[in-house]
Amino acid sequence: MLDSLLSAFVLIFSGEHFLYLLLGVFLGIFVGILPGLGGIVGFSVLMPFIYGMDPVSALAMLIGLIAVVPTSDTFTSVLMGIPGSTASQATVLDGFSLAKKGQGARALGAAFSASLFGGLFGAVILTLIVIIAKPIILFFGSAELFMLGILGISMVGVLSGDSLIKGFLACGLGLLLGSIGSAPATGEWRLAFDYYYLYDGLKVVTIGLAAFAVPEICDLLRKNKTIALKKEPLGKGWMQGLRDTVKEKWIVLRCSALGCLVGILPGLGGSVVDWIAYGHVVQTSKDKSQFGKGDIRGVIAPESANNAKEGGGLVPTLLFGIPGSGSMAVFLGGLTLLGIEPGPGLITGDLQFVYVMVWSLALANVIGAGTCFFLSGKVAHITRIPYGILAPFMIMIICFAAFQVTRSVNDIFILVVLGAFCTLMKNFNWPRPALLIGFVLSDTLETYLYQAVQFYDFKFLLKPGVIVIFLITIFSVYLGSNMSKKKKVTLKYTVKDLFKFNAQNVFLFIILAFFAASAYDSFQHQLMGGIFPGSVSVIMLSLFTYVLFFNNKLLATMINTTFTTKDTKDLFKAFSWIVLLVVLSSIFGFIIAIVAFFIALMKNKTTLSMVKILILTGCGISTIITLSYFMVLDFPPGLLQHFVKLPWPFK
Amino acid sequence: MNKKLVSLVAAVFMFATNAGAVDFSGKTVEWLIPFSPGGGSDKWSRFYAPMLSKALPGNPNVVVNNCPGGGGTTCTNKFSTMKNGDGLTIYGDSGSVKFPYLLGDKRVRYEYKDWSKTIVLATPTGGVAYTSSKFYKSKADFKKLQGVSLKFGSNGATSLDLIPLLAFEMLGLQVKPVFGMKGRGPSRVAFERGETTIDYQTTSSYKSKVTPMVKEGKAVPLFTWGVVNSSGTIERDPTFPNLPHWAEYYESVQGKKPSGPAFRVWKAFLTAGFSSQKMVFLPTGTDPAIVKAYRDAFVKVTKSDEFKKTRNKRLGVYNQVTGSGVEGILKAAMIVPADDLKWLKNFVTTKYGVKF
Repeated sequence: MLDSLLSAFVLIFSGEHFLYLLLGVFLGIFVGILPGLGGIVGFSVLMPFIYGMDPVSALAMLIGLIAVVPTSDTFTSVLMGIPGSTASQATVLDGFSLAKKGQGARALGAAFSASLFGGLFGAVILTLIVIIAKPIILFFGSAELFMLGILGISMVGVLSGDSLIKGFLACGLGLLLGSIGSAPATGEWRLAFDYYYLYDGLKVVTIGLAAFAVPEICDLLRKNKTIALKKEPLGKGWMQGLRDTVKEKWIVLRCSALGCLVGILPGLGGSVVDWIAYGHVVQTSKDKSQFGKGDIRGVIAPESANNAKEGGGLVPTLLFGIPGSGSMAVFLGGLTLLGIEPGPGLITGDLQFVYVMVWSLALANVIGAGTCFFLSGKVAHITRIPYGILAPFMIMIICFAAFQVTRSVNDIFILVVLGAFCTLMKNFNWPRPALLIGFVLSDTLETYLYQAVQFYDFKFLLKPGVIVIFLITIFSVYLGSNMSKKKKVTLKYTVKDLFKFNAQNVFLFIILAFFAASAYDSFQHQLMGGIFPGSVSVIMLSLFTYVLFFNNKLLATMINTTFTTKDTKDLFKAFSWIVLLVVLSSIFGFIIAIVAFFIALMKNKTTLSMVKILILTGCGISTIITLSYFMVLDFPPGLLQHFVKLPWPFK
Repeated sequence: MNKKLVSLVAAVFMFATNAGAVDFSGKTVEWLIPFSPGGGSDKWSRFYAPMLSKALPGNPNVVVNNCPGGGGTTCTNKFSTMKNGDGLTIYGDSGSVKFPYLLGDKRVRYEYKDWSKTIVLATPTGGVAYTSSKFYKSKADFKKLQGVSLKFGSNGATSLDLIPLLAFEMLGLQVKPVFGMKGRGPSRVAFERGETTIDYQTTSSYKSKVTPMVKEGKAVPLFTWGVVNSSGTIERDPTFPNLPHWAEYYESVQGKKPSGPAFRVWKAFLTAGFSSQKMVFLPTGTDPAIVKAYRDAFVKVTKSDEFKKTRNKRLGVYNQVTGSGVEGILKAAMIVPADDLKWLKNFVTTKYGVKF
């Protein structure tokens, strides 16, 4: 083992191998920075070159790529509030709040140093565990995975903000949104209403963008200032961030271990890890008051976990050939193209390849985090750009990211609908993290519950692993529960007020209607297809009805009383910009629409001259076109393209 | 620069020898794959793409474009609207696109008959069923196996798993499928964990991941699906010449040849799902000269040394069907008599509760 480890190290530095590693790392940084693009797109770019390549170079390049994506995706999460990939959605909560306070560089510094540690931790674990991991993976069957899902859901308690009831309802919404599409047990299509797009279900990328990016953009469009409001020296904070990470070393260690574990268990999926780490750090912190408002620990926790996940994720990929996440699936494809067949044979026969991956992972993390550090001071200045100029770029990036799901105009339709809903959630103080947790765990819970019952009946609850995880869940809920300070209810809001016509009431009734529709839909299916969304929606419906109509005290805690009619109007105006882009794209196709949109928005929100506006528009559009050209991406067509044949990129 | 020059010279040469011939110099061929990167179809297309590029006249750049969604139907629907192609867009399907077509899934708007003249390649694959050594050591234990309640991890009753489900049913095995598995990999791990007791894997993953279990004495192979040849008979899988194919196995344990609607429909779906699992098409109405250029190119690929060196590892030892014979294979794969189909739908509905 030790000599393979050493010879693999020598191998990486011999010949051109290291150059390929660098190539992978820089591509990874690049695709990571762009929201919506991540390991999967990066792999697709490299894939044509893999075939016939020297395996060591190719492995170094591929690992270099996956290792740094969860590092560099932090830039947009922190500075713009746009989740750079599904692995850094939780980072947005505190990272972006810090950026708004002018501490963007500090947040980045902390994030990158935590990422570095997490990544190295993952590499160490991969080295130590890959030989003995088989029983661990086999131990976690459907029953244990279901219980882990429950543990994840229990985080909702601490992610609910000031109202537990809102958190519970938001989590229910997430669970139901996650159950849209084909049922795991029967393959029936739920809540799809014969809209074929929904047959595949919603994707976590879309939900993440809708929950965090869209509401932030609306807010910023309303205020039309810069992201960072306070005048503070931006560039120097990163040393502070580094010191924060050192100070919170135990959080870093715990969350790295957590990230590794989630990675090792195939079936939980990569998008859960940041939320579990975030929930964990909130639960175990004494002072919880600053979370969500800019607590540096809220950045450190998810970032150390999401980098550690990759090292862990390689374990089942190499041992069993079953990928734990989307990018691992593509990596697996790359391995077969190289002629490396994952499986027990790889560990016993080609251990050297495994250690090439270990070293690549470690080196890539050092180089990646170093580069991001170096960039962070400069890039943080984005938060000082007037919003009128930044906004069209951000909206373009968000749409581009959303398109990656199926590359059709439907992707933006769904983004806008959900984005509108989440914007209201933000303004009425509904906890969006609870929605996300529900969404990412919905499929895990339903599938593994169904399977566990099929395999073991309800006796699965007595399996030792299940009991242990259950006890951990109880303990973690107990840890989290000594926080919830009761919010003082001053204003009376009674049932009568519900029937006044205003945005907040409409919003509440939309939620009620969604629960009702979901309950109705569930009864249209067979028992096994409908029971999960059915139970969730019936519980939510009853609870919500009770709160709305029978318990004025609880109702009053749910209402945001500071929200005025003027706010509604402003919000509506801001949001109509996004709607404008969608309407334009469905008529003229995305490229023509985005040109018009850039000009209109900048003309309206800034005092720039037309020449400058055109130059900026040109820069934005040409970047996205160049990018798409190299990645073989088409833009969604509109009505125009239906009638007239246009050349790429307009087609 | 150099490459450009070469292709230019090649282009001039081609033009001089055969005016009006198909030539793709300097062009890019887009290969649509209706599934995500990293999946079986993706790997297959990326294996072929560089060799196809070398074999096509003018050596165009061949790029794979993944367009997943709707279980493969979305992109296939889109491809089916393309007419009179210029040879710069090709499409690769899979058994998982053929099954919804055969079963009349409402999302399907493509018609395989449209492509009967523009099919240029068919790639077969196979599968091996195996069970736990706890209650099965050899064929002699078949009766014992029939008495056991078996569990089978499955993606869904209308997926490719229809083949094993029907196969087990016809043998009279008591198999209870547990649906919602996220692919064959997790199903195999469930078997290793002991949660399921019967399973199957496609050729390549059987070789690399089940064979060790067989050696350790944990798993015992039952039979392969076999390969349906172009005349419609089932032959032994060339990758596993020592294993009986399902029909052989049936005959030896039941004492009679398989027959009836269940067997007919099973064979038709076997052809569509395995024996000619992946096909390459050009858009309907494409110039026959372009179609011929593609068929010639694939013949050239399959004869090349590069292909021969690597194909066993990538595709198994199956015979890649191309040239003019490929049209017949599409007909064999995609025609299921209406009565048999009705029988199948009824079976799937009553047995697994799937509504059509």
